[in-house]
Amino acid sequence: MTVRKTPFLCLTRRGVMQLGIGAAAAGLLPTIAGQVLAAEPSGQVIVGFSQEPTVFNPHMLHIEVDEGIHWNVFDPLFGVDENGTFFPALAAEVPTVENGGISPDGLNWRVKLRDDVVWHDGTPFTAEDVKYTLELLVDENFRSARRTGHELIRNIEVVSPTEITWEMTEPFAPYPSILAWTFMVPKHALGSAEDPNTAAFNQAPIGTGPFKWVERVAGDYILLEANENYWGEGPHLERLIFKYIPDLTVLYTQFKTGDIDVIALQGITPDHYQEATGLPGKEIVLAPSSAMESISLNMGRPQFQDPAVRQALYLALDKATIIDALYYGLPRPTESYYPQESFYYNKDLPKHEFNIEKANQILDEAGWARGDDGIREKDGVRLSFSNSTTAGNHVREQMQQFVQQSFKEIGAEMTIENLPPAVMWGDYWMLSQWDSVVVGINFTTGPDPDTSDYFKSTGINAQGGSGQNTWQINNPEVDALLEKGGKLFVPEERKEVYDRIQEIMREDLPFLPIFQYANVRGHQEGMEGYNPNVNVRITTWNAKDWKVN
Amino acid sequence: MSRYLIHRFGQSLVLLILVSLVGFMVLNLAPGGPLSQFALTPGMSQADLERIAAQMGLDRPLPIQYLDWFWRLFVGDWGNSFRDGVPVLEVIGRHLFATLLLMISSTIISVGIGTVVGVMGATRRYSLFDYTATVLAMVALSIPTFWFGLVAIYTFALDLGWLPAGNMYTIGDQSFADYATHLIMPSLVLALVNVAIWSRYMRSAMLDVIDQDFIRTARAKGLPRWRVLYLHVMRNALLPMITLAGLQLPTLLGGALVTETVFTWPGMGRLFLDSLGYQDYPVVMGLLMFSAMLVLVGNLLADILVALADPRVRLE
Repeated sequence: MTVRKTPFLCLTRRGVMQLGIGAAAAGLLPTIAGQVLAAEPSGQVIVGFSQEPTVFNPHMLHIEVDEGIHWNVFDPLFGVDENGTFFPALAAEVPTVENGGISPDGLNWRVKLRDDVVWHDGTPFTAEDVKYTLELLVDENFRSARRTGHELIRNIEVVSPTEITWEMTEPFAPYPSILAWTFMVPKHALGSAEDPNTAAFNQAPIGTGPFKWVERVAGDYILLEANENYWGEGPHLERLIFKYIPDLTVLYTQFKTGDIDVIALQGITPDHYQEATGLPGKEIVLAPSSAMESISLNMGRPQFQDPAVRQALYLALDKATIIDALYYGLPRPTESYYPQESFYYNKDLPKHEFNIEKANQILDEAGWARGDDGIREKDGVRLSFSNSTTAGNHVREQMQQFVQQSFKEIGAEMTIENLPPAVMWGDYWMLSQWDSVVVGINFTTGPDPDTSDYFKSTGINAQGGSGQNTWQINNPEVDALLEKGGKLFVPEERKEVYDRIQEIMREDLPFLPIFQYANVRGHQEGMEGYNPNVNVRITTWNAKDWKVN
Repeated sequence: MSRYLIHRFGQSLVLLILVSLVGFMVLNLAPGGPLSQFALTPGMSQADLERIAAQMGLDRPLPIQYLDWFWRLFVGDWGNSFRDGVPVLEVIGRHLFATLLLMISSTIISVGIGTVVGVMGATRRYSLFDYTATVLAMVALSIPTFWFGLVAIYTFALDLGWLPAGNMYTIGDQSFADYATHLIMPSLVLALVNVAIWSRYMRSAMLDVIDQDFIRTARAKGLPRWRVLYLHVMRNALLPMITLAGLQLPTLLGGALVTETVFTWPGMGRLFLDSLGYQDYPVVMGLLMFSAMLVLVGNLLADILVALADPRVRLE
C-alpha cells in the first residue's frame, strides 16, 4: 500500500467507514488484510501517465503509452530483457537455430508452447491462438498496425495444441525481435467477433498476462487486478492502476503528494531532476531510452547535398552546451542512432568536436562564399534553410534558438518554423516536405539492429518508396549492407555489417546526432522490481515483478 | 407559443447544419490528420498509414465523408471515436458527469455569493464594502486560473496536506465524503472568477432598477425596505440575469479546461482538447454539435424563462 498523506478532512469519515464496512473492504485495503498469506498478491501501485492509453487491442494502431497496458494484460511468445536477451514467455523455449526452432537457412520455424496457460476467462491457450494472431496481423480487413515481417509467413500449421510451425518466404533476421513485441490474442474472443476492428474485446481485452482487465474510466484511469492463474512468476501486486494526468507539472506534484506511486513515460522534466533526487520517500531513476535526438537534414534539398555543408553544420553544433545548459546534463551525447546499451552500438565512431573555425574553413574550401548579408552561397544556392519541430516543446525551442546562433557564425541561416504535432508528423515529415527537423527517433525494434525502414533507398516515400527514409538517404553501399544484415543470424557477423553502416552515417551525416534520451523516472521508496528496459518502449513492461511493502 | 417554438426549432436546425458543415470543413482541411501521430512508431511506413486510412474510409472525397457522417447523425449514429473506438455519445456521456459535478457545485457557490455581494454592493453604493468588493473582483478576474490552482495545490495539498492534490476521487474509495473532499479545491478555484463576474453583473443590474421612478414610488408609499428590495428591485434585476444564465449553459457543460487540467478532472474541457490534439474527428464533431445544440437550447430556455418571469414579454 502506498504511503499517502491523508487529507485530514476525510480522515475521521474514512476511519468510520473502515470500521463500518471493513469486512467488505478487506479485499481492497491491504492494511486490513493482514491475515493474507505473504505469497498472495498484495498492495497496489498507481502509475501516472502524461498521455492516455486508449488502444487495448495490441495489434491496432497505437502509441507507446498503450503498450504500458499491453505488456501487463498480454504475453508475447517470448520477450526481451534489458540486456537484449530473449526469454521464453508463452513459448516453452525461445526458438533458435541450435535448438531446432529455426532452420539454418532461417526459413522454417517450429515453436513449442507452454501447456499450462489459460486466458483470463479460463479458456486454455493453444497453438490455434498463435495461428489466429499471426493471420490477423496480415488480414486484409483488419487495421493492423504492423505487417513487416509477418507478411513473409506462409503455411502456418498447428501440429498439436502446444506446437506450431510455419515457413517464411525469405530469411528475415529481425523477425525474432518483432515477435518479442507481438502479443498473442485469443481466437475464441476476438475471432468470434463480426469485425475485429470494432470488437467488444478492444474495450475489455482478455489476455494471458499477469494482470486482468477490470475497468477503464475514460479520461481518468485504467484498473487491472492480479491474475491469480498466471503461468509465470508473479504478479505480486493485487491491483495496478494507470492514471492519466496530462500536465507534467501536475503529474510531478501528484508524485510528490503521493497520489501516484510511479511517474512514467516522459517522467520528471529535467529541470526538476535536482529537486526530485532530494524528495523524502522517493527513489529517482535515470532510465536510458533508445531514442536519439538529432537535427535531421533533408538530403533532397540543394543546400544539403554538399557533404561539406553537413560536416560544417555538425562542427558548429555545440552539443556540450545544449546538453548541460538545456537538459541539465542528463542525456548522454552520442554519435550513433543505436542506444549505447545495444550490442550493435559502434564505440569507435569519431568523436564530435565543436569548432566554428574549422567549420568556416571547410565551407570556404568547398566554395561557399559569404554574401553581403554574411550568408554563404554557392552556384546560386543560398545556405539558408528552415528548421521545424513540434510546437510547444519548450526545451527544444530553446535549443533551436541556440543552434540558430551557432549556425549564423558559419554563415548558415536557419529559420524556425514549428508546427503542431498532427501537422508536423503528417505528410510534412513522411513526404520530406521539410528542410531540417529536430526529432527524437527510436530506430530499432527491440534489440534488433535492422534500420531498413529508415535508411534503404526504397524507403523514400517522397520518391514513391515505402518506409520512413525521410532524409532521402540514397547510398548503394548502405542498401547492400542492410540487405546482407537482414539475412544473417549470427550476432557477431551482423555486428560487422551494422558497425560499417554506423560509420557511413557518421561520415555522411544525414542527421546530426545530439544525444541519446534519458528519462527521469520516479517511484515510491520500498517498491522493488522497477527495471527500465531499453529494448521495450515503456517502463511498465515488467509490473509483474513489482513489489510494495 | 407553439408556432413560436416551431419557428425557433426550424431556425435551429438550419443553424446546426451550417455549424456542422463549417466545422467539418475546417477540421478536415487543416493539415495533418488523425494518423500522423503514429508516424514515429518504429517500423511505420507511409504505405501502412495509407492502407489504414483507406480502411477507415478517410481516403474518400470530403463531400462523401460529410454526407456519410451527416446521414449517420440523422439516424442517431454519432460514430465512434478514432482513439478508443467507443461510440461518441458514450464518450460525451462519460465525461459529462464529471463536468456537471464540478460546474454545478461551483455555479451554486458563485451565483450564491455573487448575488449577495452584488446586491450588497448596489444597496451600499460607494461604501467601503462596495469599493473592496470591486477591487477584489478585479483582482479575481485578473488571476490566471492555472496559477491560482497550482498555488492552491501547493498550499493546501503539498504544504498543509489538508486536501487532495487533484482527481475526482480516490480510486477504490469513491464514497460521498471522498467525492466531496476532492471537489472542494477545484470548485472553489473555479468559483472565484465566477463570483467576480456574477457580482459585477448583479450589482449593475440592481443599479439599473434601483434609481427608477417606480422604486421611489414604492418607497414613498412607505413599503418596508426589504419588501422594496426583494420584491421590486430584485425581481426586475433578475431578468437580465436569466438571459445571462441561459448563455452560460453551454459554458457550464463545456467544462472548464484549465481547472480540469490542473486538478486532473476528467471532464468535457479536457476531452475536447485531447480529441482535438489527436484529430479525433468523430468526437470533435460530436462535441461541436453537442455544444451548438446547448447554445440554441440555452437561448430558447432563457427566452421562455424571461417571458414567464416578466408578464410584459410575449413570445410570438
